Formats: sequence, C-alpha cells, structure tokens
Amino acid sequence: MISIDLFYLLVGLLFAATAILNLRDRANPRRYTTALFWGLYAMLYLLGERLAPLAAGVLMVAMALVAGFGLVRPGRAPLPGETARRASAARLGHKLLIPALAIPVVTMIGSTLLKDVRVDLGGFAGPLLDPKNLTLVSMGCGAMAALALACRVTRATPLQGVREARRLIDAMGWAVVLPHMLAVLGLLFAEAGVGKAVAHVTTAYIGLDSRLLACAVFCIGMALFTIVMGNGFAAFPVIAGGIGIPVLVGVYHANPAVMAAIGMFSAYCGTLLTPMAANFNIVPAALLELPDKNAVIKAQLPTALPVLAVNIALLYFLMYQ
Amino acid sequence: MHTAVNLWPLLGIAVVAAGFLLRANPVLVVIAACAVTGLAAALPPTHILESLGSAFLKTRNLPLILLLPLAAIGLLERAGLKEHAQASIARVRSATAGRLLTVYLLVRELAAAFGLTSLGGHPNMVRPLVAPMAEAAADAAAAKAGGALGEPLRQRIRAMSAATDNVGLFFGEDVFVAFGAIVLMQTILRAEGLEVDPLHMALWGIPTAVSAFVIHAWNLRRLDRRILREAMAAQPRAGHGMQARP
Repeated sequence: MISIDLFYLLVGLLFAATAILNLRDRANPRRYTTALFWGLYAMLYLLGERLAPLAAGVLMVAMALVAGFGLVRPGRAPLPGETARRASAARLGHKLLIPALAIPVVTMIGSTLLKDVRVDLGGFAGPLLDPKNLTLVSMGCGAMAALALACRVTRATPLQGVREARRLIDAMGWAVVLPHMLAVLGLLFAEAGVGKAVAHVTTAYIGLDSRLLACAVFCIGMALFTIVMGNGFAAFPVIAGGIGIPVLVGVYHANPAVMAAIGMFSAYCGTLLTPMAANFNIVPAALLELPDKNAVIKAQLPTALPVLAVNIALLYFLMYQ
Repeated sequence: MHTAVNLWPLLGIAVVAAGFLLRANPVLVVIAACAVTGLAAALPPTHILESLGSAFLKTRNLPLILLLPLAAIGLLERAGLKEHAQASIARVRSATAGRLLTVYLLVRELAAAFGLTSLGGHPNMVRPLVAPMAEAAADAAAAKAGGALGEPLRQRIRAMSAATDNVGLFFGEDVFVAFGAIVLMQTILRAEGLEVDPLHMALWGIPTAVSAFVIHAWNLRRLDRRILREAMAAQPRAGHGMQARP
C-alpha cells in the first residue's frame, strides 16, 4: 500500500536537504540558525509518531523561537536570467504545462478511479492507496509523476529538482510553517474550550432556535473570527466546534460536508476584509505602491459582503442535501 | 444544563489580535497565544507542550500539499513556465480593464480549482503583468472617450487587480479535493467524530465559487462604467471634439 508515511519521509528528506544546502551556503550570514530551523522541521517529519508528544512540542517551540527572532534567512540560489528563461519558454512552449497539469490529473484519477483498487503481492494484500488519506496520497503520486515528467521535458536530474525545491522553500522561509502553526493553535483552542466559550457567549446573547438565524450566526461568526485571527484555518475549528457541529449538525441535522464547505468559504469572506491577512491584503498594497494601505480591502468589500450573504442563503437551502 | 463555562481561554484570541496590531512576528504571536490559552484553561505547562506536540504531529499532512509539488514546479520555473504563462495571457487582448480582469478572474479561479494555486500571485503576476495591463486598457478606453484617468481611479484599478487575484484564488482552491483547507476540515471533523468525504466538501463549495465569480465580475463591470463616466466628466467641454478648440 502507498501510505502517507512515505510522503512524510520524502518531505522530511526534503527539509533535511534544505538544512544541509543552507549549512553549506557560506554566503548566508545566518546559515547555522537557518539550517537548525529546517533541521528541526526535518526531524519532526522523519521521526514523526516515534517522538514523544512532549519532545515534539519542545521541538516545535524551538522552531518558532528561531523563526520568530528573525534567525531564518534565505540562502543564495541562482536562477537563470530572464532572457534565458524566455528563450527556454519559447522553445518548450506548451510542453511546460504538461508536468504542471499532471498533478491535478493524477490526483483526480487516484481519488476517483483507483479508489477501490486492491493489490495482492506475495506477503501483502490490501488497497493500493491509503484509503484514510486517499486524496493526499493521490496528490503525492501526482507530484512524483510531475517531477518525472518535468525532468523529461527540461532534461534535468531529480537532484536538480531537490535544489529547486530548496530555492522555493527558502524563498517562503518560515512562512511555510505558519499555516501549520495556526492549525495547531486552532486545535489547542478546541482543547482549551475556546469554541465552547464562543458558543456560550453567542448562545447567551442570541437565541439559535430559528434555523435561518443559526445559519447566519455560523457564517457571520466564521467571517468575524477570521477577521480577528487573519486566517480561516484558525477560525474553522473554533466556530465549527462551537456552532457548526453542536447546533447545525447536532440540532438541525445538517449535512456536515455542506456545513464545512460553506463555513470555510464564509471564513474566506473574512480573510478578504482583514489587515491581519497581511500576505493577501497589505503586502499587495505595498507592492502596487498604493498610498492607502487598506485600498485592497476596500476593493474587496463589495465582493466579500454579498458572497457572505449568499453563503447564508446557500447554507439554509442546501444543508439537508 | 448550567455547567460553568470558562471564558478565560478567550484571552488567546486577544493575544492574537494584539500581536497582529503590534506587527509582531506571526510565529511568535501564535506561540504566545498557545501559551496564554493553555494557561488560561489551567493546563500545566508540560501538558501544554504535549498538546502542542501531538497537534503538530497530527497536522503534519497540511504542508504536504504545498511542499510535494515544489521540485517539479521549481524545475518548470527554471525552464520558463512563468514566462510562458505570461506570454499566453498577454495574448488575451481585451478592450477594457474590467473585461481583462474578468478573464484573469476566470483563469485564476479555474487554475486554483485544479490545484494550480501557484499560477498567479501578487509579486509574480499582479504587479508585473495584470495591473499594468488593466491600467493600459483603462487608459485606452478613457482616451477613446476623450478624457484621461485621474490618480484615485488609477489606484482603484490597481487595488482591483490585487483583489481579483485574491477572490479567484480563495474561491477556486476549495473546489480542489487535495487543497489544504479541505484536508484541514477533514482532520477537524474527524477529531469530532464526523467522517466526511473530501470530494463532497469540494462539491458543496461549487455553488459559492460560482456566486463569487458572478458577484466579482459584476463589480468589475461597475469599474468599467466608472472609468467611462469619469473619463467623460474629466473633459466635459470636449463633447464632440471640435467645439473645445480655443
């Protein structure tokens, strides 16, 4: 069986390679701490569940401190000049799109057609793809297929692919770990009862005995919480745990898939409205040299609010599907 | 049922809000919020670390979507994928800023829905290509109407270019089954005892994705009308050309 552990291992090796390449990069004044950061991340992936939770927690906090104090810097990773890239683009043309498209295509095939395929090889019999993580495993296979195709189209080696991956990981820097850490914060919020506290505050002031009101409070709550947290990933566990699951699914028997999908999109309406989502709203304003830092948010307001209203209506009408 | 609910963990939210207002490093803010939330819920420090560790290991699947395609995408980028995409999009000639941005919205949303979330973005597509093209189209339209673009409108067009990228990305990506948000939702719901098929979640995202496209395209049409109106207003006496000559 192709299981998700294989891809944890690959990502662990990729982080280890990033650490080593950064350690050997003498041009980077912060090469030791940068390598430490990626090395710690590599350990968390390579050792995985064999680590005691306490040890994993300590490693994670160490990573956060290294990153938080600005000790992670991108190394030097040369890319061919723009003229060379244009010439290569003109030569290869649409062939360049084939590997990129292989990822979604293989993912789709894996998660639909190969869903129930079983293998029977000597000592092993069972499903071909890990059924619990079907789409992720399919996507991992798609990424490997894409790498093979990309090597073929560009006549590069897989090792060059690892170097390119390191260049991109370096460019993103510690921001790579931010969604992961926000998800951890979301789970801790759930454990500490933040969802319950939010639900308590909401239900204490608003009666949720009307289905329309419950839908509205859920969607608006997602958006508001995202505005505060700057990220739908942090809002989702709290509001789904506080209102979505107990009220919409528990009391009104909503379809959890509809609740989750529309809930997350309501959270994205909040992302469009908050300066906390700096990458999407504040950074572009600076990139486009706009004097008003909130110009992008203002441009998004007439889209975000109607979409939020549409979400409430969609949830109300589709929740029993 | 009158069980007391501990409201202190809400302090964690306050820490996040304060941290971002003070523009502290987001990773530090998140860790500080973890500490405050854990302590406010009266969890002992070792228990907090254990919770963080097991949550971190449990969510190891999240970054896979981002990380696994990097080797292939990096190789293609080196071989000129971005230049090729830019040249292809530049061939989509359209008379107005709004129509051009609507085409970009459609391409961005569809590409994101097929998992190609990195085929766009503010530094690599919006600043060098989309915003200048939209501005140029608006300039041409204004000149045809006998006027010129004012600076506020110029800035509005650039802001709309950035907004279009965001809207296309956000409402496209959740329609693709392997995207991070879908995996996150599945993980969270599983922890609450609900087993949900990711394909269903992707499917139920489609009505919102279509609505977002229609609503944003409508706003882009309004932008076009505003460009035309302000261009006309900028030179009211120009009217039909000849009379305005001194």
